[in-house]
Order: sequence, then structure tokens, then C-alpha cells
Amino acid sequence: MARITASVYSSHVPAIGVAVDQGKTGEPYWQKMFAGFEFSKQWLKENTPDVIFLVYNDHATAFSLEIIPTFAIGCAAEFKPADEGWGPRPVPVVQGHPELAAHIAQSVIMDDFDLTIVNKMDVDHGLTVPLSLMCGQPSVDNFAWPCPVIPFAVNVVQYPVPSGRRCFNLGRAIRKAVESYDAPLKVQIWGTGGMSHQLQGPRAGLINRTWDNAFLDRLVADPAGLAQVPHIDYVREAGSEGIELVMWLIARGAMSDAPPKVVHRFYHVPASNTAVGHLILENQ
Amino acid sequence: MALEKPYQDVPGTTIFDAEQSRKGYHLNQFCVSLMKPENRARFKANERAYLDEWPMSEEQKLAVMARDLNRCIALGGNIYFLARIGATDGKSFQQMAGSMTGLSEEAYRDMMVSGGRPIEGNRYTHEWEKK
Repeated sequence: MARITASVYSSHVPAIGVAVDQGKTGEPYWQKMFAGFEFSKQWLKENTPDVIFLVYNDHATAFSLEIIPTFAIGCAAEFKPADEGWGPRPVPVVQGHPELAAHIAQSVIMDDFDLTIVNKMDVDHGLTVPLSLMCGQPSVDNFAWPCPVIPFAVNVVQYPVPSGRRCFNLGRAIRKAVESYDAPLKVQIWGTGGMSHQLQGPRAGLINRTWDNAFLDRLVADPAGLAQVPHIDYVREAGSEGIELVMWLIARGAMSDAPPKVVHRFYHVPASNTAVGHLILENQ
Repeated sequence: MALEKPYQDVPGTTIFDAEQSRKGYHLNQFCVSLMKPENRARFKANERAYLDEWPMSEEQKLAVMARDLNRCIALGGNIYFLARIGATDGKSFQQMAGSMTGLSEEAYRDMMVSGGRPIEGNRYTHEWEKK
């Protein structure tokens, strides 16, 4: 049977991708932020899973306002890096895992979560920046991500976005789906986005270090309680775009009910307009 | 009965909900069109003519031409869509966000490097009215 071995949480700021692509990771502005992921790159090398289930949000790239799915699962064999207006990022094409994705879709929909199945989709910085942070820039002679990735896009652009509670319960349904897959796959689930940031209006630039660190504490120790936090608290305390953090609860819900092992924790302000948060949790 | 929208009590913030999305549909879809290089070139060559191809309000068109992002957002724009205009102009996300705050580009960058805008005094609209 397949099983979820660990979860990874990380911001997905587009400027981080630009810094990687333009070789600026050693510059004073970026040094400290990337140093926080040195451990993580080594950890992923030593703990490469068979599949990564990557929860992220699309930023008006694959989904315009024509169709706005709340939860969309990528079932294709591959996903190309999108052109977001600056040209596509020079990163590898993402290889999918259509068999496991189809299995999860079937199981989770039977559990009353209405997923949209996507068989053709480009992926934007929301998905590729966490991969860059955790894998670095793949070498030219082996230009590929370390394993297949199932993209799972959540609408956090148009309100109302799904509640924390719904995201947490969805994570549990994903765990059940993975555990019923009849092959001995090691699966990691990644939750991305956040932490506090606001990109719009006169309040742009908001950062709330205290709230973010309390969120990290509770994500580890009291995820079911954290899942009860209403939208308005995210918006007011962590900025209008801080609402992306509900996606972390999907990854956390997919972890076992026993307390996880905290392998790594990191927090840094700023990356562009955003507070960068990062956790690695292992199932024990 | 009206729907409850507690987020209307957050200062300097417009939440892109279904109502805003309805108002801004054509404005945001115009922004999506700028993801194609040929459309970016046509827009740059004659902004007014390009905007006139879209069923947008006159106010929306003028806000785009003035690059007044706060006005665009009030008229239904969403920042992730409006970012395509910034990309066309060669602006970073930080430059775009900063342009909405009344701070200079340098002052906004300095604010972020020193920890960002603090939460104290920035939670409720009444806190801004006193200023």
C-alpha cells in the first residue's frame, strides 16, 4: 500500500523564482532566505519520495475568470511551466502521476469533495517555486525534478475560498485515498503559499510575525483547532493574500493523527512583499 | 437578507469576492489577454484602441491608462490579473504593490526590508479614520 511519509510547507513568492533563475541566490538580499532551505535540499535528497502531491494555487494563469474551480487535481502525464507574462521559467517540465492522481480523484470525490479533474494545464510559480526551493536548480545533464508531481490547485483568488476546516478534512480524505492505493509508494504532500502578505491597496506590505509564528506552532501541535480559524482572521491579521495559508491545512490533514516529528522550521522576512515560512514534518 | 461581509471592516483592503469579480470580469479578462506577446505589442502600440476592443466601462479604461491600480481594484480588478499590466510595463510585483500605498518605491522597499507594515493600528477601518 502507498503511504504519506512527510509533509513540507513553504511560501511560493514569484521573486524567489526570479532569484533562482537569474543566479541571484547569493546576493545579500536573498542569502539568508535561501540559507533556510539548505537543510531542506539535503533532506529531500536523502528522503526522495516516489510522488509529491503538491497543493498550490494558480495565479490567474491556467484559470482565468472563465472557470474558477475550488479544488482542481492535475491528472495529466506532464505539466509545462507557464508563461506568466515574463516568459516561462527555465525549469523542467513537471512529470505527473496519472494513475495515482486518478485513484485519488475517484476516492476523494466518493468522500463528498467535488474535485475538478484537469487533464491539460500549465503550472505557474505557485507550483514551480516550492520545487526550486526544495531541489535547487536541476543540473543541465539531468534536467528533471527528482520525482513525479501531482499538482493540486486550490482557489484562493476569488472569495469565498474554501474554509480551513474544509481544507483540513480534504487532507484527511487524501490520506485515506493514498493509503488505499495498491502499490508501495512513498508519497509526500506539500502545502504552499503564505505566510502573511498583502499585495493590494493602501495596506499593501502588511507582515505579522507574531501571527505567523503562532500559526506554525498550532499547525504542528493543534491542527484541528487551527482549522476552525475563520477567513476574516487570516485577512485581518495576515493580509488579504495571507489567506493562502488555508492550503497548508490540506497537507497537515493528510498527516497521521499521531504527533509528527518536526524536522525543520524556518521563518524569514521579507521575500519581496511576503513573510517566508517553512516546515518539514515527518510521520513517525 | 444580505450576506455578511466582515472583511469590509479591514482598512485599505478590497476583497475580491463574487460581486467584485462580476464588476471586473472584462477588465480582468483584458489583463489575461496580455499574457500573449502579440497582444502586449498591440496594447503598447495603441492602448486606447486595444482597450476599446473590450466591453469595459470608460472608468475602467481610464484607470488602466493612468496605471491607477487602487482605482482598478475598486472597479473590480484583482491584483493577480492586474499584474499582467505590470509585466507588460516591466514592473515587479513589489513596484506594483508599492504604487498603491502612497510610498515611494524606495520607501516601500525599505519598509519591507525592516519587517513590513506592522499590524498594530492596521486591523480595523476605524483605526484609519482617526488618523
